[in-house]
Amino acid sequence: MFCWICDSLGRHVATIHKCDDKRRRAQRALVHIQWQSRTIGFAMKRYSAFAVAREALRYHTGWERAWRSPEPKRHYDVIIVGAGGHGLATAYFLGKNFGITNVAILEKGWLGGGNTGRNTTIIRSNYLQDPSAALYEKARSLYETMSQDLNYNVMFSPRGVIMLAQTEHEVRGYKRTAHANALQGVQTEWIEPARVKELVPIINLEGPRYPVLGGLWQERGGTARHDAVAWGYARACSDMGMDVIQKCEVTGVRSENGRVVGVDTTKGAIDCDKLGMVVAGNCSHLSEMAGFRLPVESVALQALVSEPIKPCMDVVVMANTVHGYMSQSDKGEMVIGGGTDGFNNYTQRGSFHHIEETVRALNETFPMVSRLKMLRQWGGIVDVTGDRSPLVSKTPVDNIFVNAGWGTGGFKAIPGSGWAMAELMATGHSPLAEEFSMMRFKEGKFIDESVAAGVAH
Amino acid sequence: MLILECPYCGVKAEETELAAGGEAHLKRFGPGSSDEEFHDYLFMRENPKGVHFERWRHANGCGKWFHAARCTMTLEVFGTYSAQTTEPPQEIKDKISEKRPDWTWRDIK
Ligand SMILES: Cc1cc2nc3c(=O)[nH]c(=O)nc-3n(C[C@H](O)[C@H](O)[C@H](O)COP(=O)(O)OP(=O)(O)OC[C@H]3O[C@@H](n4cnc5c(N)ncnc54)[C@H](O)[C@@H]3O)c2cc1C
Ligand SMILES: [Zn+2]
Repeated sequence: MFCWICDSLGRHVATIHKCDDKRRRAQRALVHIQWQSRTIGFAMKRYSAFAVAREALRYHTGWERAWRSPEPKRHYDVIIVGAGGHGLATAYFLGKNFGITNVAILEKGWLGGGNTGRNTTIIRSNYLQDPSAALYEKARSLYETMSQDLNYNVMFSPRGVIMLAQTEHEVRGYKRTAHANALQGVQTEWIEPARVKELVPIINLEGPRYPVLGGLWQERGGTARHDAVAWGYARACSDMGMDVIQKCEVTGVRSENGRVVGVDTTKGAIDCDKLGMVVAGNCSHLSEMAGFRLPVESVALQALVSEPIKPCMDVVVMANTVHGYMSQSDKGEMVIGGGTDGFNNYTQRGSFHHIEETVRALNETFPMVSRLKMLRQWGGIVDVTGDRSPLVSKTPVDNIFVNAGWGTGGFKAIPGSGWAMAELMATGHSPLAEEFSMMRFKEGKFIDESVAAGVAH
Repeated sequence: MLILECPYCGVKAEETELAAGGEAHLKRFGPGSSDEEFHDYLFMRENPKGVHFERWRHANGCGKWFHAARCTMTLEVFGTYSAQTTEPPQEIKDKISEKRPDWTWRDIK
């Protein structure tokens, strides 16, 4: 939004108005007061038990919108493309850690309608390689206090995550990861089958094909409400004066002399000093608009949920060999993650046979699944890199930054990724992001998590 | 469910009968190539939103490798063709042009 008297943009709300049209000074002053109160006068009401009680007494008429829905201004210091978790967290930490608040987050669909609202919400940090452990553990620790930090209940539930070992190879792999995690300061432990059974009474240890030989247990891993993560960040960003703009697709990237100057969108042209591309499965498409390529391929990954049933499993279980993972939502649905398609596509649907394979595998390990009706199935387009690690990186264009390649496992990383990306965009360097440069493939410095995890959720 | 017709045995194979082989018409850069070429060959895959060319193997059938031209957004199949070629045949390109007049893929039009 810009002042309709003097046409000036952006930050002058906070400073003294300098437009020199003397004739209309008085009128201007008045309009500016109104304008200020409309743009930064949005004081967020805090959510609390008291607020719930207060609203209960007045028929819930006092709740306000969690974030504004403004029209785009002509210019922002920073534009973030993509209002998924990673884009919103980046904007949040730009404001929180660096005081950069003249920021727009542009979203072609609706808030969190990409992978952030489609994943199975598993949060863990038991990765093998040091740079991954650092980034994912930073994220996990930020999840611990996210609800308080954002004053928004993201329902972080550190109920514990088990990764089952069902082959000798996996046993060795997870023991190795447990040792690596000990050195990295990430709390995980190797547990024997008896302990697995204790934690998950519904499990069948003697699977005919793949018996459970133990597992890698992260007690402070768990789940969170995925939409709430997007909504909580959006509310906090909006409160800092940032513009979260939905139904605004970026259709072109404008550059001059090797620097980006702005983007074209379905809501018109918008200028910026820096651009952050945080669009997951669409990152190749967007980077192409800016004239460079990313080492990424996009495929559909699926998930499904069952009918709601009584509480039966209070931890998250991942069975990577048979490729299935499951947790129970607070509503009682069994949340099941499936496989990725073997071929590039943008359909947000996924091939049917993956459901069959996933459920067949889960049936062996959790016989009760055979009696469940499945309610819904959906897919998201995940952006997969050669080493299954993300890109949080500078790009061939000076003032464009990219955050992508989270593939099948980036929900857990949202706060840490936003933290690192904001630092990178604000200062040009972030220790957490350093190893995740897109240039690492050229240098052979892979952060190989594909072998470590087998599956990466 | 993706169905591709194997150009060798003529079977209309559903995707569980096939193995996906990734981007088609790759030039395999090896010893003697520049770092840039080798990097691009290994990691910078085409990832188009739209027309795409891929390698597939009729794994649970005749076992042969072939090529497919597909749309990654709609899963529409424009056609399949022999693997013994470095570029899609003109007939396939014409079929694509009919439906996606503005398509390009790498330096192929
Ligand atoms: C089925 C499934 C299960 C998963 N399970 C897990 C799990 O258990 N644990 C875990 O850690 N991770 C999981 N993931 C991965 C995780 O969901 C993603 O890595 C993460 O959500 C990516 O967040 P993002 O913000 O980068 O992308 P997104 O949430 O996809 O956000 C990108 C946004 O950019 C928008 N956009 C795209 N193009 C444009 C444009 N041109 N202009 C404007 N906006 C644009 C999109 O509409 C989208 O909203 C799963 C993913 C899927 C699909
Ligand atoms: Zn065949």
